[in-house]
Order: sequence, then structure tokens, then C-alpha cells
Amino acid sequence: MRALTDGAVTAMAILATVLVVAPLVAIFGYLVFKGASSLNLAFFTHVPKPPGETGGGMANAILGSGILLAVASSIGVPIGIGGGIYLAEFGRGTKLANAVRFTADVLNGVPSIVMGLAIYSLVVVPQKHFSALSGGMALGIMMIPTVCRTTEEMLLMVPHAVREAALGLGVPNWRSVLSITVKTASPGIITGCMLAFARVAGETAPLIFTALGNQFWSSSLNQPIAALPLQIYVYAISPYDDWHRLAWAGALVLIVLIVLAVSLVRYVTSRGVLKGAS
Amino acid sequence: MGVGIEVINLNAWYGTNHTLQDINLHIPANHATALIGPSGCGKSTFVRCLNRMHETNPIARVTGTVRIGDLDIYNDAKPVEIRRRVGMVFQRPNPFPTMSIYDNVASGLKLNGYTNKRVLDEIVERSLINSALWDEVKDDLKKKSGASLSGGQQQRLCIARALAVDPEVLLMDEPASALDPISTAKIEDLIFQLKSQYTIVIVTHNMQQAARVAEKTGFFLNGRMVEFDSTHKIFTNPSDKRTEDYITGRFG
Repeated sequence: MRALTDGAVTAMAILATVLVVAPLVAIFGYLVFKGASSLNLAFFTHVPKPPGETGGGMANAILGSGILLAVASSIGVPIGIGGGIYLAEFGRGTKLANAVRFTADVLNGVPSIVMGLAIYSLVVVPQKHFSALSGGMALGIMMIPTVCRTTEEMLLMVPHAVREAALGLGVPNWRSVLSITVKTASPGIITGCMLAFARVAGETAPLIFTALGNQFWSSSLNQPIAALPLQIYVYAISPYDDWHRLAWAGALVLIVLIVLAVSLVRYVTSRGVLKGAS
Repeated sequence: MGVGIEVINLNAWYGTNHTLQDINLHIPANHATALIGPSGCGKSTFVRCLNRMHETNPIARVTGTVRIGDLDIYNDAKPVEIRRRVGMVFQRPNPFPTMSIYDNVASGLKLNGYTNKRVLDEIVERSLINSALWDEVKDDLKKKSGASLSGGQQQRLCIARALAVDPEVLLMDEPASALDPISTAKIEDLIFQLKSQYTIVIVTHNMQQAARVAEKTGFFLNGRMVEFDSTHKIFTNPSDKRTEDYITGRFG
């Protein structure tokens, strides 16, 4: 009977694992099937062609996504980590901390289109033009709650004994927080940042009213800029078969680039890790 | 060199719980002093009052006077300065998990802004030799994490880390209670060697350990210090009935 139960539980665990992996494999497989044939050098080096002409690529959208995500990360990561450190280390139990935590949770639930509209009215309208900066801001604000809450949770997981060890050495509290607690929690904090990054990398809605999209080369923060998800959206709802194929290819490239970026950060940040460090 | 500790009318609270009541004693310099007593008697709280770690808990409170050498630690200095002069080793080994062995030992100095590499190298080596760990780790100083060592080695690493900031007093809160007998013996040997250079205060549940390493022993019960005398006297001819009951195993 015990062996039977053991077998049943193991089987269920395996089934659950398969169900977790299956959608990813299916989506990725379908993207490769639909998109790989449209991938060529031109896709990565050319800007889109007008409708009717074949060929063209999404080079400007790849660059645009890179710029938007760089702006977003430089807003979302420092504010999110700073907020998380405050929640876990300095503001524990205070009213302000509870308010910040609540705000972050609500912000996390704000639909991304609403975020785009908010930035539209706060930044785009006063500036009187769409811009890469406003798109990056919308994405950056969306990163904050995820980064903030994971940072807080990871810091709270650092054992009390480790904090005491630092205080017992006569290390000032702020120094102990930055050099010991945050450092100990850094693998988890980095994971949180990567989750937030990967999530906003695929966001389309907040960019519609902010970055707008662009069929030409642009790397200016003050001009409308192309982005892969936007380009995919525009191409996918267009009536042209050629654009549909490019949209599939764009989706494939977007996923591959996100996976590459996440793996790169993981690799770089894991190189300094010592033998036996947890 | 170690310095003596003078404790006058020390009282401590956790919230409304009066955990230490009117403690008065003199801990001699360059000796090991053991504190024994049943769980919850206040002996850990007492050592945490000697380096102002007690007050890191927001609900904790202390009154009274503690003098480390000439320094009145509750009136003349900031907590961080005192903790550099009064090192602490905790019950469970707590090396910094993301740091190498070398960085663990150097951490107290580095985190206080000390950067001279040549001097750091010397201090790390001397501290690890003093904590009897050097021979076991000298080849992996910067390659292995402090967390990769065995429990006993981790505790000696924590002792080396405490020694590296060159304290005058070393507080040890049940330093061997999480270790196996062989590692415990090594820690005890170490205490024996270290007391020529440092004033050592060791909290222990293990009465044989107190008898082996300490010249002086204090017996705590319910937040009060019942008796403080030479270890020999405490274990062979205690003056208080409660001390006798405890060491003969009638309670606790």
C-alpha cells in the first residue's frame, strides 16, 4: 500500500512537471515552425519595408526594445531594490512600510494598458510627442512592484544569525545591510529583477500610447521608437501574409532574446560565486 | 591584552519580562569565566548586555553600569565601538555564506573601511592560526566559501573572525552546543590557549565544560546570579543550596 501511494505521488509529480513544461515547449515549437523560415540576415539588419514590397526586417524594433528595456531597467531596478531594502530592513512594522507594501501590490495589479494611459497623460501630453523615454518609463514603473517585493522577501530570508554576526563585529547597521544582508540575498534579488525584466520585455499595451512605434531607424530617447512587441502586434493584425510571417519571426526572436538576456545575467552574476556558497 | 569587566546593578528586560535582576560581579582580565544555569535563566541575555547586542532587539531595555576596562559602555561609547572591543561568538556557527574563508576573517576590518592588503593578509593568517584553523584551510582561503566548512570548522572560523578585529574581551554564547564531541574538544583547547590574551566569558549548558575551561564560574537562576566564585569552589563546595542542587543534577 505504501509503495502504491509512493508510486501515485511520484506519478502525479511527474505529470505536473510535464504540464508545466508542455506549454512552453508547444509555444516555442510553434514559433519555430511558423517563424524560423522568415528569419534571415535581413531580418536583423533591415528596417521594415512598406506594404506590398517583400523583405525588410525588424532591426529597428530590436534596437528599440533594447533601448526601452535599458531605460525601464534603470528606473525599475534601483527604485525597486531600494524600496525592498527599506521594507525589509529599515521600515519593518512602520505605517509607511505598510503603505509602500500595499501600494506596490496594487501597482502590480494595475492593467498594463492603464499604465500606458497614465504615462500618456503625465508625460506624452505635456511633451506633445510620443517618445522612447515615456515608453521606458511606463515599462520601468511596471517593473518596480515585482523587484520591490521579491527584494523584500529575499532579504527577509537571510538568517537572523548572519545579521547578528555583522552587528557583533561592530559593523554599523547601514553597512551591514548593504554589504552583508543584500549581498547574501543577491541571487534571489537578481532573479526578481530578471522576472520583472522578462515580463515587461513582452509588454505591448503600455507602449501603444507612449513609444508608439516607428518604421524607421531611431535611437533617440525623444522620438517615437519601435519595439518588438509593438511591431509584432502591428504586423499580426495587418492584412498582408508577408507581414504575418514577419510577426511570427519577431515573436520567435523576442523569446530567444529574453532567454539570452536572462541567461547572460545569470552567467555573469554566478561567476564570482565560491565553492560551497549557498 | 584583555581587560576586566565590572558589572554594577545590571537589570535587563524583554518587553515586560524582567530577564536580569540586580546583577553585580567582577570578571577578571585574561581568565575564562563560565556562566551556567538552566535554560531561560538570563545567562545569554547577560553576555549580550556586555557588548550591547541586547538592545538590537527593539523591545529590549537595560539599566545599570558595565565597565569594560575603564570604559563605561552604556555612557561613554557607541554600540559599534564597544562591539569592536568586545567580540562575540554565537551558539550556531554563522559565517557569512557568500564570502570566502579569507573574506570572512577579514570582514570586521574590511567593513569598517580597512583596506591595506598586506596587513590584512597578516591579520587573517594570525587569526586563523590563533583559532587553530590555519592548517586545515590555508590552501583554500579565497577559493572556498565559509559555508562549505564543517560545523566545527565554521565555529573556529567565527572565532577567527572575532579575533581579527583585535578585541579585548571575547564573549562566547554556548559556542560548542551545536558541535560534535571532537569539535567541542578543539574549541575547548582553543579557549584554554586564548585566555592568556583575552578576557573570555563563556555561557555553557555543559557543566564539565565549565569545569574544564574556566577559572571562575557564575550560577544564574531565574534572572538572578545566585553564586559567583572560583570554578573549583562552585563545583566542589558551593555556598548556596540552589547551586548545589543544580550541579548535582537535581533540576535544570
